[in-house]
Amino acid sequence: MKIFLALVGRDIALALRQPTDAALALLFFLLGGAIFPLGLGPEPLLLARVAPGVIWAMALFAALLSVDRMFHADFEDGSLDQLALLDLPLWAVALAKTLAHWATLGLPLLLAAPLLAIAFGMPVASLPVLLAGLALGGPLLSLIGAVGAALTLGARRSGAILPLLVLPLCVPVLVFGAAAVEAALLDLPAQPALTMLGGFALAGLVLAPWAIATALRHALE
Amino acid sequence: MVAGGARNGTPGNDGAARFAGDGLACRRGERQVLTDLSFRVAAGGALLLTGPNGAGKSSLLRMMAGLLPAAAGRLLWNDANIETDLAAHRARVSFVGDRDAVKPGLSVAGNLASWAALLGRGADAAASVAGALAHFGLASLADLPARYLSAGQRRRLALARLLLAPRPLWLLDEPHAGLDAAALDMLKATLHAHRALGGMVVVASHGGLVPPDALRLDLAA
Repeated sequence: MKIFLALVGRDIALALRQPTDAALALLFFLLGGAIFPLGLGPEPLLLARVAPGVIWAMALFAALLSVDRMFHADFEDGSLDQLALLDLPLWAVALAKTLAHWATLGLPLLLAAPLLAIAFGMPVASLPVLLAGLALGGPLLSLIGAVGAALTLGARRSGAILPLLVLPLCVPVLVFGAAAVEAALLDLPAQPALTMLGGFALAGLVLAPWAIATALRHALE
Repeated sequence: MVAGGARNGTPGNDGAARFAGDGLACRRGERQVLTDLSFRVAAGGALLLTGPNGAGKSSLLRMMAGLLPAAAGRLLWNDANIETDLAAHRARVSFVGDRDAVKPGLSVAGNLASWAALLGRGADAAASVAGALAHFGLASLADLPARYLSAGQRRRLALARLLLAPRPLWLLDEPHAGLDAAALDMLKATLHAHRALGGMVVVASHGGLVPPDALRLDLAA
């Protein structure tokens, strides 16, 4: 556990040393979201209606943008060999790196999401549901993205292959995340969609580290 | 290809560790790189891997580290197959690959400190980092960002990692690449001291670093 936390701390420290990666994804999230009103026109009702979908889709794209680099640097400079030799199973290495990715990207997105929501004219009352959804779905996006990043490790055009691989897997996250907010907007209970999202998050927490470890082991051979 | 033990453990001395390979083979893609390779190293012994580029020196080292499964044959630690308990084997190995695993964004000391934490060093981490830096003549560079290091200095930093945690089996891939004469002497003295304490060393080298009374395993033959 000590080593697990040390690895999380190392990855967060490395990300903070090069804050441009996380900052770019965050800016992409905010600016990409801000583009939609320009295309859709300044119709308040329409904007509030599409806001949940836009915010979730932008969160997904921002996660995809940054997850590509997750194992790449460590793979290129030989650190991944050393990480695989630690007194820590490879699935735990994968989980630690994913957790660090979420802390440096998912968490800032979560904090920035209300800005976008308010800009789209979403009622403040629906914000808690949006944030709850992102709190459950964000780590899941990091986990799914990490599977894709591990599978495309060493591939020549990993940046292009990764979204094709990961997007279909992210559809349920998007559907239920947006559905929860829509339900809240319509004064319907959001809990069923959030529960589904939580279920997916738990399944991802169990399955993704194993899948990442398998893919990493192949990349290391 | 069979190389016999140079310093066999004295009969009846079961405490002395032995590391052996038996009928090893390795495939890289479609190509058979190594076939029917056997070796034995006893505590305090050294094994020198020689051979032209692509002969499989690095692959053999990765197999010895447990990073690459053998296509055929077995690796034995005290007559037990390492694959039955890879976690225990990882705890015996220090591996310095052809890449240095140095993070350019961290300081020289910061790089080592992060590895010390990942290797499970606790309160004594700072002391072991300082000792390892001083040993390889990096103490004056401790606060310098590692991106300013020369290739030889990066190599020294990678080698300094060996001193962070005591491991009986050192696997070194061209450890002397880029080192100047003084650093090479330091490396030789370090290997000697490690062997004097009963450690084992496996070195892949084109020459330039020949541990005294090392077994030679010529992979081209």
